[in-house]
Amino acid sequence: MLRTLLIDVGKALYLFSGLMGLAAILTWMERKQSALMQDRVGANRARIFGLRLLGLPHIITDAVKLLTKEDFVPAGVPTWLHALAPWVTLTVACLPAAAIPFGHVLPWGGQAIELQLMDMQVGLVYALAIASMAIYGVILAGWVTRNKWAVLGSLRAAAQLIGFGVVLGISLIGPVLLYGTLNLQEMVHWQDTTVLHGWLPRWGIFFQPLAFLVFLTVGIAETKRIPFDLPEGESEIIGYFLEYSGMKFGAFFLADFIETVVVAMLTVTVFLGGWSVPYLSADQGGFVWPWGAHTAVPPAGVALLQMAAFWVKVFAVCWLLLLIRWTLPRFRIDQAVRLGWQYLLPLSVLNTFGTAAVLLIVGQ
Amino acid sequence: MKYWWYRFYYTTRGVLWPLWVGLVNLFRRPVTIQYPHEKPRLFPRSRMMLYNDIDNCIGCLQCARVCPVDCIAIETVKADKDLGVTNTGHKKKLYVTIFDIDEAKCCYCNLCTEVCPTECLVMTPNFEGSVYDRYNLILRFAKITPEERAEILRKAGGKTAGVTGILARKA
Ligand code: SF4
Ligand code: SF4
Repeated sequence: MLRTLLIDVGKALYLFSGLMGLAAILTWMERKQSALMQDRVGANRARIFGLRLLGLPHIITDAVKLLTKEDFVPAGVPTWLHALAPWVTLTVACLPAAAIPFGHVLPWGGQAIELQLMDMQVGLVYALAIASMAIYGVILAGWVTRNKWAVLGSLRAAAQLIGFGVVLGISLIGPVLLYGTLNLQEMVHWQDTTVLHGWLPRWGIFFQPLAFLVFLTVGIAETKRIPFDLPEGESEIIGYFLEYSGMKFGAFFLADFIETVVVAMLTVTVFLGGWSVPYLSADQGGFVWPWGAHTAVPPAGVALLQMAAFWVKVFAVCWLLLLIRWTLPRFRIDQAVRLGWQYLLPLSVLNTFGTAAVLLIVGQ
Repeated sequence: MKYWWYRFYYTTRGVLWPLWVGLVNLFRRPVTIQYPHEKPRLFPRSRMMLYNDIDNCIGCLQCARVCPVDCIAIETVKADKDLGVTNTGHKKKLYVTIFDIDEAKCCYCNLCTEVCPTECLVMTPNFEGSVYDRYNLILRFAKITPEERAEILRKAGGKTAGVTGILARKA
């Protein structure tokens, strides 16, 4: 009993420290990568004992700065409601990660530890459902602070999240039809093999490229970051967190990055083979190369490689998301809504029907 | 429907092409110069702060006359002794008692250095001209101290040979 509890706590600590850590690193990457893309140097001033470390200490200085700032609550606003909004946003942003498998099994003391917090049959639905709850924190933040711009921002966020939330669900029906399951762990198992005589990993992206593109686009929209940052619009309406300062603002800020990581995790799990390492097979006890060679890897090594592969893939997708974020300018609200309803929705419906038709024909 | 495809094409292109450009730029070297630590390499004829090698100045006032913003203030007094020649061979017939250039007014047009017959007025590569008090931007090149100037003026009976710039203006 206690052992199970400890294992669960350990897994939760591992996953959420990974999630938080990656989100914190993204705040640094955001600046560094944008700088490199614009041929600048980027954050490099803060240092620890004279070590610049490519500007990584900026993460700490940011936290210190946000924690020591005045926490301002506008007059007439209930303090607890004011504090609730960032809390809800942050929690809801973290929770979908619980359904995501970050590895297969880890052999530990003669026992196999499932590397997933919640092994649910409806893992994907759970993740999407929780992600769609992000709207509550946003609406609350805008509404409770009695600021017109904040309300405007949160209404825009509502319009955007609801519109794109529909597409988010439909874009994933194609892969779900293909895998025949809503269980995220089973989806990864489906992808943990190869096709084309062992040359190509059987990843969802190769079978559902359209769904991948649509999901990634909608995923960016769900994180409310550029090019879909209409609810925030830093330079014009500031957005729903207008009346927040200090670490409460920091919570909103961090939630954006956590959502980015969560979207990356979902993308990796559904389309990029999750924790599976190409050509590495746990049943065969090592790598099975396409040309017939075999490299033996001990079971613990397999598990660790898979856990590492998961984070590497998540990091790569985060990098791609940042690349997109620093390339495209913000859409106007009509453009964003049109993109969602006129392009992404038909495309995802098309993909769903196409997949269904192909599966019907092939399955006969 | 045709319009739909039109927009589809341009949206897709408008997303993919910038992504490619951004990706290429990601792997280019930064162009930033870490300024206080490293100085930019200036072009050979960059026009920066002025410098007057006063020992070679003959007080001909040409620089002050040509200056479009009238920021060079010179006062000369006829020499009562032989001051020698400049290193371009011009005879120095005048004391240059005041030679002030107000860099805050200067527009760095370079005209004054062009006309200078002895090439003593030059532009240096020094661009770091920021000061805490704008009067510190008045560069005083004359080597003659106020006491010496008073003595020279007294000997000349208060008569100057030429006055330009702010010195020539009526208060
Ligand atoms: S460079 Fe400056 S001092 Fe010389 S002529 Fe132009 S404005 Fe006058
Ligand atoms: S033109 Fe040259 S020599 Fe003549 S006064 Fe100016 S600096 Fe002196």
